[in-house]
Amino acid sequence: MLPVSFGLAFLQTAEIAGAPLSIKLSWCLALSAVLFTIGVAGVLIQRNVIVLFMCVELMLNAVNLTLVAFSRFLNDVTGQLFVFIVMTVAAAEAAVGLAIIISLFRNRETLNVDEADLLKL
Amino acid sequence: MLKWIVLAPLVGAILNGFFGKRLGERFVSIVAPLSVFVSFVLAALSFKNLVALPANARVITEHWFTWLDVAGFRADFAYLLDPLSGIYILFITFVGFLIHVYATGYMHGDPGFYRFFTYLNLFMFMMLTLVLADNLLLLFVGWEGVGLCSYLLIGYYIKKKEAGDAAKKAFIANRIGDLSYSIGLFLIFTTFGSISFVAKAGVPSFLTQAGVTTTVTAFTFTLIALLLFGGATGKSAQIPLFVWLPDAMAGPTPVSALIHAATMVTAGVYLIARCSAVVVKSPTAMLVIALIGAATAIFAASIGLAQNDIKKVLAYSTVSQLGYMFLACGVGAFGAAIFHVMTHAFFKALLFLGSGSVIHGMHHEQDMRYMGNLKKYMKVTWVTMMIGWLAISGFPLLSGFFSKDEILWKTFSSEVFPKGTGTLLWVIAALTALMTAIYMTRMMVMTFWGNERYDGSPEIHGHGHDSHGHDDHNAGHHGHFTPHESPWTMTLPLVVLAVLSIAGGLVGIPQAMGDLVGISNSNHFEHFLEPVLAHAPAAAHAAADTHGAVAGVAQAASNTAPGAAASHTEAPHDTSLELGLTGVSVGLGFLGILIGWVFFKKNPLRGMPDVLENKWYVDEVYEDVLINPIENTSRNVLWKIVDVKWIDGYVNALAGSFGALAGILRTTQTGFARSYAAVILAGAIVVIGYFISSLMH
Repeated sequence: MLPVSFGLAFLQTAEIAGAPLSIKLSWCLALSAVLFTIGVAGVLIQRNVIVLFMCVELMLNAVNLTLVAFSRFLNDVTGQLFVFIVMTVAAAEAAVGLAIIISLFRNRETLNVDEADLLKL
Repeated sequence: MLKWIVLAPLVGAILNGFFGKRLGERFVSIVAPLSVFVSFVLAALSFKNLVALPANARVITEHWFTWLDVAGFRADFAYLLDPLSGIYILFITFVGFLIHVYATGYMHGDPGFYRFFTYLNLFMFMMLTLVLADNLLLLFVGWEGVGLCSYLLIGYYIKKKEAGDAAKKAFIANRIGDLSYSIGLFLIFTTFGSISFVAKAGVPSFLTQAGVTTTVTAFTFTLIALLLFGGATGKSAQIPLFVWLPDAMAGPTPVSALIHAATMVTAGVYLIARCSAVVVKSPTAMLVIALIGAATAIFAASIGLAQNDIKKVLAYSTVSQLGYMFLACGVGAFGAAIFHVMTHAFFKALLFLGSGSVIHGMHHEQDMRYMGNLKKYMKVTWVTMMIGWLAISGFPLLSGFFSKDEILWKTFSSEVFPKGTGTLLWVIAALTALMTAIYMTRMMVMTFWGNERYDGSPEIHGHGHDSHGHDDHNAGHHGHFTPHESPWTMTLPLVVLAVLSIAGGLVGIPQAMGDLVGISNSNHFEHFLEPVLAHAPAAAHAAADTHGAVAGVAQAASNTAPGAAASHTEAPHDTSLELGLTGVSVGLGFLGILIGWVFFKKNPLRGMPDVLENKWYVDEVYEDVLINPIENTSRNVLWKIVDVKWIDGYVNALAGSFGALAGILRTTQTGFARSYAAVILAGAIVVIGYFISSLMH
């Protein structure tokens, strides 16, 4: 609940203050798109498997941001529920992924994904 | 109780098959005959119960379980005991028991002793299933089962190639017949909606329906009868499928006696008699059956004249006698056919077992050219075989005389066919009787009389080498060879069968002879069978169209009650003709014996015509006309073109095209994680692009 409450509180405070600083949905979506693109680019360009992994996390969180923003602007809590699911999956993925990375490193002495190519024909 | 008649030999087969090898010859030689003896005792008791019933209601059924009941197709594991199956189970179990006892002596010391008796017991099980079945499908189970056991036992000597070939030949020839049988079965079902011999669940049996129906066409009846007869030609070795039976003599002699003379080969006659209600509806089919029966009889007899192997003579004799039985069926004398089945079972089993005793005493020499004067060494075999010889030759008052005479008279007096046909068939049958007497006399003379010709025998030579290894290999070392009489286990069945061959015919003395000595109602056998057998319509060629329905009703009545009183009242009017013909056939029998005696007593090795010795070249003709073309077509067209080129080509091309496709697709599997990610991205862009563009429109 905690991060979500923070987000809500931040948005609400901004509005209640009546200041011209009114965060629009499009800002949130734009930020999210930027973050997501950085993630995709990182996955495609980077070779270090840990960086790759962090890029995937970045993409997930970009999506989370979209969901939360829509939840706020549509006054529908469903979007936040999705965020929980995504975060659970991300945690599990982090555990499994890191285990695979450790195992990869032990076996191949490398973190370069291009060298993990045994499936290549 | 009927169930246990059938199952007792199966229990024997299971015991022998699973434990016989371990427990040894003594165990097997007790269990195998005992199981058949149990079956015989139960059969006799059941038969007694059957006879105790009133004459027109002699039917005992026993429902074991429902086997198939699908959309009106009903087949049960249920047994039917009526006069016809009653007679069959009696002689099957009794002769079967004797032959089992005999075989314990004949097969003594054989390494496959237990295997032999397993098959033999299994055969008894199947044969009894065949005979006691209450529907055509269960009958077919037994029919196939005896075929299998026949195959196993013909090929019993697994180290002899000829035995294996003969087994295959028998199996394949039978398959052709079985195909015909099964089509006939289907046709009966589609025509009548029933394949049972008794009414089931409100549906009357097809036999009853055949008697009363007015809707089924004559053509359908002809087709059904001929298809069933086609099955019978395979099992009962008639033209054109008889070729397997002589070769089947490669099996052990008790097998020849039990399966290929007394019981299995008469299954075809049983089938035709069982379905007589259908057969009599088609004069055409009856004519075909009578003609093929007569042709087989005389054809096989002519071959039997010139054979040198003692078992081959008997084999052709069996084919010939089976022809007689079918001739009787064809002229509508089903009772006479079954009568001949029974007497033939006695005297032919006797002759085969006698020949087995001879072969045993001659150390497995079967060629009569190397026998002679055995009467000096094998007294019991000689005397008993003489009785069999006289019985089959039609010597007055022996069993074969009555049954054969009955068939000859019924053929002559038949009114089923156009004028003259009956007489023609009678002439053929009488000539066959003459030839039968000649070849049987020849066999007896070559075997038991004349000079001793043991010296030339390769079998005895071989045996001498085996048992007298110290001898040198020059000729003449075996001069001390003397044939020996067989043990009591083999001679006792011979004696019992000899008694039956003498007296077995007395249950069915033709009425004309009964009148002669003042016995009224002398033909018990035929009266007993009357309720189950249909009567041939008199002058059917004229009455078939106009009085079809009336005759049908009359037949239906005769199926349930002995309605043949009328035929008895008018029977005596021409006994003089019947007795005259009896005189003719007796005369022919004596003439045959005389000819055989005069011709072969002096010169047993008298050469016979090549064409007869080579069996009219039937095997060669079949080889050229049927087998070789089929084999060549199979090899050069079906195998090398259809199979290799077409079928294999199609399958290989299909596999090859998938291989090529996979070769292209596998280049997408780069093994680099980031290229996969790029593909995923591209896919996502395509999907999203698609939705966006569809939203924009």
